[in-house]
Amino acid sequence: MSRLSRVRQAAWLILAIVPVVGAADPFTKQDLSDWQSAYDQVVTAGRDAFTDPKLGNNGVVCAQCHPNAANTHPETYPKFQKQLGRVAVMWEMINWCIRNPLEGKDLQPDDPRMIALQAYITQERRGVALAPGKH
Amino acid sequence: MSAMNRRDFLRRTGGLIAGSALPLSLIELAFADEQQNFTFAYISDSHIQHIKGKDFVRNWDRGLIRTVGEANLMDPRPDFVMYGGDLAQLGTKAELDHGLELMSALRHDKVHYVMGEHDYYLDLGEYWERQLGPQWYSFDHKGVHFVVLNSVLTYDEWTHNRWSSGEERMAVMAGLDNPSGSPFMVGEKQRDWLRDDLSMIAKTTPVVVFSHSPLQKIFKNWNFWTEDAEQVQVLLKPFDKVTVFYGHVHQIQYNQIGNISFHSAMATAWAWPYPETYAQVDSLLPKLTVEMNRADPFFERDATGWQFVDVWSGNATLHYSLTENQPRTVAFNPKTGRPEDTVYQNDRIPPQQHF
Repeated sequence: MSRLSRVRQAAWLILAIVPVVGAADPFTKQDLSDWQSAYDQVVTAGRDAFTDPKLGNNGVVCAQCHPNAANTHPETYPKFQKQLGRVAVMWEMINWCIRNPLEGKDLQPDDPRMIALQAYITQERRGVALAPGKH
Repeated sequence: MSAMNRRDFLRRTGGLIAGSALPLSLIELAFADEQQNFTFAYISDSHIQHIKGKDFVRNWDRGLIRTVGEANLMDPRPDFVMYGGDLAQLGTKAELDHGLELMSALRHDKVHYVMGEHDYYLDLGEYWERQLGPQWYSFDHKGVHFVVLNSVLTYDEWTHNRWSSGEERMAVMAGLDNPSGSPFMVGEKQRDWLRDDLSMIAKTTPVVVFSHSPLQKIFKNWNFWTEDAEQVQVLLKPFDKVTVFYGHVHQIQYNQIGNISFHSAMATAWAWPYPETYAQVDSLLPKLTVEMNRADPFFERDATGWQFVDVWSGNATLHYSLTENQPRTVAFNPKTGRPEDTVYQNDRIPPQQHF
């Protein structure tokens, strides 16, 4: 093992045991720009999924009924859905739409397309105050 | 049948097909010369969508099938049927043929069609025209002059120079919120035709105009808009009574601008949000409009429907037949000189608050 490797190994051991004060706090303008760009890419992927005839099975797309994601009301979730008889969160309603008007199959909650759809929908609703539970 | 009014007839026969009373009602209007009063049915925006082979999107098919069934139960029969445009989703022969086949179940002799952008932008209306005739025309009925316009034209440069195929052009225009779309317009050629057509009509003759897009400016991003709306309004201004009916918006809208009353049609396919619900951009929904109830997505026909129109004394009463909702009636009020909802104009209920 080279000297450098030994030093790296020792450093990892120390990192694993000793909390390093100061390592998490600072971030640069570059970091901000990178994170924004990562977010923007997911929003774009969300818009793509929102207009993708292959998201469901009948060629119907989300944007057909929801131009600019209007009438999706992301700010109101979680909320009571009388038709489900319980409080639901938004990805459940997205899957409801995929199953019914789109005649497709549910996405997993952590499916990258499900995350992207929520990013796009929320982005189009930016600036509106949170109103959980609102009908 | 004569002893039974339309509501009773619909109640009794409606149970046979719908399993419950049909959501129709009619305000009876009595005028000195009843011969001049008449009713027409007004169906719009079915967006028949082809999947492949013989498969079409079931949901949109059901909307039109149900509407045709309900319209067939009207007694006395309306004098004619207007179709407000967007029979097809992507303008294909398969979609137009299937839509016309469903429409052929109507018992009415005469159906007049309006061109929608979803019918037009694949082949610029060629197949539609072959099946249905000219894209703009006029006719007279019981003393009223009816005009049908193709209001979904746009700039030649956009139509002819930007796209590798009709399919690509249609796909872009089919996306209501697609920023690569282009504003609708009637265009100079058709406005010249309209000027000529109207020059032969007495100014006291009631005029009724049908267009697919609103001949007023509400929200440009979604083409709830006609670019040369004001120039068309100017041509209609000399007439005592003018009513404009339009489709495209999939929601209840009405307005009064000078002598012109405006009414929109519900879609048989699906509901659209009101433009003010898009938080990023301002829109100009007429203040007069009391919105339809917010759509409940768990009822696939909610916030869809069709309408029938009573024309009396040259003014119109629009009866919205809403499949999962109480019917709505928007009637011209001679006292205020504008269309008003007969129940909700000054007393909205919570589902009519959109956000």
